[in-house]
Amino acid sequence: MQGSAGVLAASGLRLNLDAIDYVILILYFATVLGIGLMVRRAVRTSSDFFLSGRALPAWVTGLAFVSANLGAIEILGMAANGAQYGLMTLHYYWIGAVPAMAFLGIVMMPFYYGSGVRSVPEYLRRRFNDAAHLLNALSFALAQVLIAGINLYALALVMRAMLGWPLWLSIVIAAAVVLIYITLGGLSSAIYNEVLQFFVIVAGLVPLTVIGLKRVGGASGLADKVRQSALHDAGLHTWANTANSHNPLGANWIGIVFGLGFVLSFGYWTTNFAEVQRALSARNMSAARRTPLIAAYPKLLIPAVTVIPGLIALVTVKGLGAKSGDLVYNNAIPLLMRDLLPNGVLGLAVTGLAASFMAGMAANVSGFNTVFTYDIWQPYIRKDRPDGYYLKVGRIVTVIGVCIGIGTAFIAAGFNNIMNYLQALFSLFNAPLFAVFIVALFWKRMTAWAGFWGLLSGMVGSALLYLLYLAKVVTFGSDLDESFWGAGLGFVLVLVVGAVITMFTTPKPESELDGLVYGVGRTHVSGETLVGDRGWYRNPVVLGGTAVVLALVLYIPFW
Amino acid sequence: MSELSETGTEQPPEEAKVQSAARLFDVRNVIGGLFTAYGIIMTLVGVFDGKSAVAKAEGIRINLWLGLVMLAFGLLVLLWRTLAPPKLPDD
Repeated sequence: MQGSAGVLAASGLRLNLDAIDYVILILYFATVLGIGLMVRRAVRTSSDFFLSGRALPAWVTGLAFVSANLGAIEILGMAANGAQYGLMTLHYYWIGAVPAMAFLGIVMMPFYYGSGVRSVPEYLRRRFNDAAHLLNALSFALAQVLIAGINLYALALVMRAMLGWPLWLSIVIAAAVVLIYITLGGLSSAIYNEVLQFFVIVAGLVPLTVIGLKRVGGASGLADKVRQSALHDAGLHTWANTANSHNPLGANWIGIVFGLGFVLSFGYWTTNFAEVQRALSARNMSAARRTPLIAAYPKLLIPAVTVIPGLIALVTVKGLGAKSGDLVYNNAIPLLMRDLLPNGVLGLAVTGLAASFMAGMAANVSGFNTVFTYDIWQPYIRKDRPDGYYLKVGRIVTVIGVCIGIGTAFIAAGFNNIMNYLQALFSLFNAPLFAVFIVALFWKRMTAWAGFWGLLSGMVGSALLYLLYLAKVVTFGSDLDESFWGAGLGFVLVLVVGAVITMFTTPKPESELDGLVYGVGRTHVSGETLVGDRGWYRNPVVLGGTAVVLALVLYIPFW
Repeated sequence: MSELSETGTEQPPEEAKVQSAARLFDVRNVIGGLFTAYGIIMTLVGVFDGKSAVAKAEGIRINLWLGLVMLAFGLLVLLWRTLAPPKLPDD
């Protein structure tokens, strides 16, 4: 136990919160529930509940877009990776997020928003058939409750550290808060809270980086100490030694560029409905396209409050990286909070972590209830009921989803590095889906059954590779390296199976593909643009292109 | 929770009739309100911080600085809300 605070460094992770910290925390929870109550009065239709009535401005949906991804898993997990793999973790932000966000805003959003679909699976239903639709709806629903469980577990870790509560009690209480505000206000409630959470998370984490850097002697002091750490000089580079696998990540540049940068990243950012849903709730096409592009800019800078604290924890917390106990990598940020933050800002940082958990969990739950209601219940189980019926179903499904999430939290508890578990899930669910989308969007001949069998074989193939890796039949440089290759395999299987099946089945007539395939019919890009949205700085290509260039420039000092 | 009750009543009456959530509710009130409240609390905590709190943060009066930044941010958001009130989408 290192501790400049001397007496404050109590045993393990326990933080010494005092009354002022609790005031800050309780004020936040009251505000969150207050948003739920206020939004509740405005929810009249199922569209209000599931899509916020399609009425939100771009800055709100953009910040919600980045916040939905900024769950506690993202923060704790990326700090863990920062401590474990060093600056190579930056790949998850710069090559592994920003280009895909730009692609979503520039290329794909016209098809999503313009075709008027209410969810990602609904696109597959119109482009392919019911089988592909149902497969995607079910797998998405499953993935969301699994990921919701990870978020719950991550929060429970923080609560246990903070209050000494048992894991199960933290999980149940945290789930109850999200349950109340989503059930009350639906997506609007989730989105408004995400915007608020974004600012609270930043305010809570920036002091950690500032004080941490001062302690290790600034950026140069940190670099010196990392060179003397277990990571050595390799911890300070992103692309060095990626011609082979002799780097902390154990991955070569092909795995990074194609597995992470292309398949995993594009799969996550462009087809994950928990993200896309934020853009679909924007008030017009222009705002929908700008949603992921506005989100790209904060995303560029988030590693400053995740990866950097991870490195600081590596060099200041003795024994970090234990296989179990309080010194696992996942606790990098809570350990730093214990060592560096005085009461006041400590309460704010705890609030920020609690907020980030709720952001991630709420995104999963609001995605889950929408897909379950619109894509499973309405088309296949109870058709043609009045709108109020589906609004009620949405609320009930929210309760069920949260309850299942509590169960899956205990699955997540079995993994040493939760981020790696998450990446494994992404390689399984998102990468094949992205492959299907890419072909579906650009190849009008791809047939309905090619879509279904391609998606199924991609998911099964990626799952098999993961199981073989767990059974130690095949080996990879690291867990993350496996997820890169699993994603790549899923992607290629979709292309091959999709192409083969297309040759033996009949494509849909072009009249049914209007607005769904590139170059077929209208794509509504210009139609809905408002006069005030035509400024050059609101041009999606300019916004997206600038973000990608910035991502490349940021790599230069960390080559 | 004074900033919470404000947001519900501040809306002009003609907007209250519009059904959509986004038109009834401006999230800037909540962000500005919460950060103003946090800013005041943190600034006060920072003013009265003892030696051990400052020493723990490597000599930085972190509560004071963060409090002032949050207060300024909260007031700026409220100012933005006042200068550019929510307008009805033209549909």
